[in-house]
Amino acid sequence: MKYYSIKTICLIALAYFMIGTGICGAGYDYIDITHPFLRKIPIAIPVFKKVYSGDATERLSRTASDLLAETLDFTGYFKILDRAAFLVDMQTVTSLANVNFHNWTSIGAELLVTGGVLIQGDQVEMELRLYDTFKEKLLVGKRYKGLIKDQRKIVRRFCSEIIFFLTGDKGIFNSEIAFVSKNSENKEIYICEFDGYNPRQITHLKSITLSPAWSSDGKWLAYTSYAKGKPDLYIKHLREKRGAVISKKGINITPAWVPNEFALAATLSFSGDPEIYLLTGTGKVINKLTKNRGIDVSPTWSPDGKHMAFVSKRSGTPQIYIKNIASGAVRRLTFQGQYNTQPSWSTKGDKVAYSGMESGRNNIFVIGIDGKDPIQLTHDQGDNEAPSWSPDASLIVFSSTREGPSRIYVMTAYGTDQRRLLALRGEQTEPDWSRGMGSK
Amino acid sequence: MRKKLLIHLAMVLVIPGFLFTVSCAKKTIRSETSLTQEAEDEAAAEKAKQEELARQQAIEEQRLQEEAERMAAARNMFLSEDIFFEFDSAVLLAEAQAILRKKAEWLINDAEATATIEGHCDERGTNEYNLVLGDRRAESAKTFLMDLGVEGSRLSCISYGEERPVDPGHNEEAWAKNRRGHFTIN
Repeated sequence: MKYYSIKTICLIALAYFMIGTGICGAGYDYIDITHPFLRKIPIAIPVFKKVYSGDATERLSRTASDLLAETLDFTGYFKILDRAAFLVDMQTVTSLANVNFHNWTSIGAELLVTGGVLIQGDQVEMELRLYDTFKEKLLVGKRYKGLIKDQRKIVRRFCSEIIFFLTGDKGIFNSEIAFVSKNSENKEIYICEFDGYNPRQITHLKSITLSPAWSSDGKWLAYTSYAKGKPDLYIKHLREKRGAVISKKGINITPAWVPNEFALAATLSFSGDPEIYLLTGTGKVINKLTKNRGIDVSPTWSPDGKHMAFVSKRSGTPQIYIKNIASGAVRRLTFQGQYNTQPSWSTKGDKVAYSGMESGRNNIFVIGIDGKDPIQLTHDQGDNEAPSWSPDASLIVFSSTREGPSRIYVMTAYGTDQRRLLALRGEQTEPDWSRGMGSK
Repeated sequence: MRKKLLIHLAMVLVIPGFLFTVSCAKKTIRSETSLTQEAEDEAAAEKAKQEELARQQAIEEQRLQEEAERMAAARNMFLSEDIFFEFDSAVLLAEAQAILRKKAEWLINDAEATATIEGHCDERGTNEYNLVLGDRRAESAKTFLMDLGVEGSRLSCISYGEERPVDPGHNEEAWAKNRRGHFTIN
C-alpha cells in the first residue's frame, strides 16, 4: 500500500485547516446586521488548555481566556456562558482539534472558543479556534506566537478575527478613547484602550483642557486649552510631540478632523461672530464653512467627508443642521426638542447621535440622516452627553452623571447594555472614540 | 569877654545836645517797641498764615482722600458688579444695561484703563455650546460699551463657558448666579 510521507500528510492537514476556515466565508447568518443586538449568541469560552504544565502557563491560560471572554462580552453580541455549567474540563482533553460538540450544544452554547497555551521562556504560543457547535464546524483557527507581555494583543487580534468572520467588520479592538478628566481645578486629556484598560494622562497643561478629537489615522489629537489664558486650539502629534496652536482672538474650539485628510473643522470667533472654519492640520484657515450671524458650533463629518453636521441657533434655538459641502446647501435635521447639541455622525454614515435637553436634563438621541424618528437611548438617569461612535458603529461612548460624578459610559448603538467604562478620581467627560487605524 | 562867648557857645551847643540825646533816647525806645510790636505782629500774622495753610492743606488732603476713596469704591464696583443673563441668552436686560452704563462711565473717566469682559454660563447645556454662549455674552457687553463711547481697543473678551461657576450648586439660584458677565482690569 502506498502511504504518504509525514510531510505530505501535514501539508494536507494544514491545507484542510485553512480551507476549512476559507470555505465558511463571512458568516452573515450568525449576526443579523439589521438587529444585531436583538438576540445575543450564547458562546462558551472554557479556560485554555495548558499544553505545557507549570504555574506560569496555568496563570496565563486563565488570564488569556478571561480576557477573551471579557473582550467578546464588550461587543454586546454575545452571552458568555458560565463556566460552572460546562461539562468538559479542557485540561483533560487530549487534542484540541477533536471536539465532542454534544457536550456544548447540550448546555446551550452555539459558539465555542478553545485555546491552547504553550510557554517557552519569555515567549508564548497560542492556538485559538472558533467553532459552530450545532453545525459542528471549525469557523476560525489561528496560531499566534509572541512575547508573554503581548498576550493582550494576541487575544485582541483573535477577537478581531472572530468579529470579522461574524460581521464582516474588523471591529473595535485596536481603537482607543480620548476623554477629559477633571481633578480639583484642572481638566486634562486622557486616553484609554477601547475597553477602559490602561488610562494614561496625555496633557499636563495644568489648566482647563477640553474636547479632544482624533484624526482618522489615530496619530493626531486636537483639543482646546486655556493654558495661555484663553481658549486656544492645539493640534498635537501623539508620538512625535509636534504640532500647531491656533490662538486667534476669541474662542478656538470644537475641532473635528475631516475623514482621511490632514484637515479639520473648528469654531473660531476672531471675526466677532462664531463660525465654523476649515483648517489645515498645521492650523491655517482654508475657508469658512458657515455663513450665519449667531452661534454655529460643534461640527461632525460624515464618513465620506461630503457632509458636515453642526449646531446652529439660526432658527432661534440650538438645533442640528447638515451642510452639503459641495453644493453648500444647509438643511435642518432636528425638529423635536428645544435644545439639541453635540452631534456625532455614525461611522457607518446613516445616523447622527446627539444630546437633547428637556427640562434641564440631557439625554442621548439617535436620528437617521433623513431626519426621521429620533430615538431616545438614555432615560431618567442623570445627564447623558457627548456621544461618540465606535469605529464599526456598533457602540456609542458617552458621559453620564447617573452615579453622581460624571463618568464615561458605553452602550450598544441601540441603547442596550449601558455600562461604565472606567472611573478615575474626579470627573470624566467628553469622550471621543478613535477610528482604530492607529498602529499598536 | 571871650570867656563869656565860649561859655555861651558851649551852652548853645551843649544844651540842645542834651535835648537831642534825650529826644534820641526817646526815639530809640519808641522804635524798639514798634519793632517788637512789628515782630509780634509779624509773628502773629505768620502764625495765622501757617494755620491757614495747614487748614487748607487739611481740607485738600481730605478732599484727596475722599476722592481716592470714591475712586477705589468706583473701581471696586466696576470689578465686583456683574451683569446677569437669562438662560441660553446673550440679550442685555434693563438691569444689565444700567450696570454697563456705570461701567462705561468709569472707563471714560479713567482713560488709561483697559478691561477684560468674561462671559460665563450655568452648568446646564453642553460644554461646547456654552463656550460659544459665553463668548456671545462677553461680545454683547462689549458692543454696548462701545456704543456708549468706550474705544473697542480698550476692551477684550474671553469666554469660560460653564467651566468657572461662582456657585457650584445644582439649582436655579446657583444657575442664575453663574449666567454672568464679569469684568477685570488689565
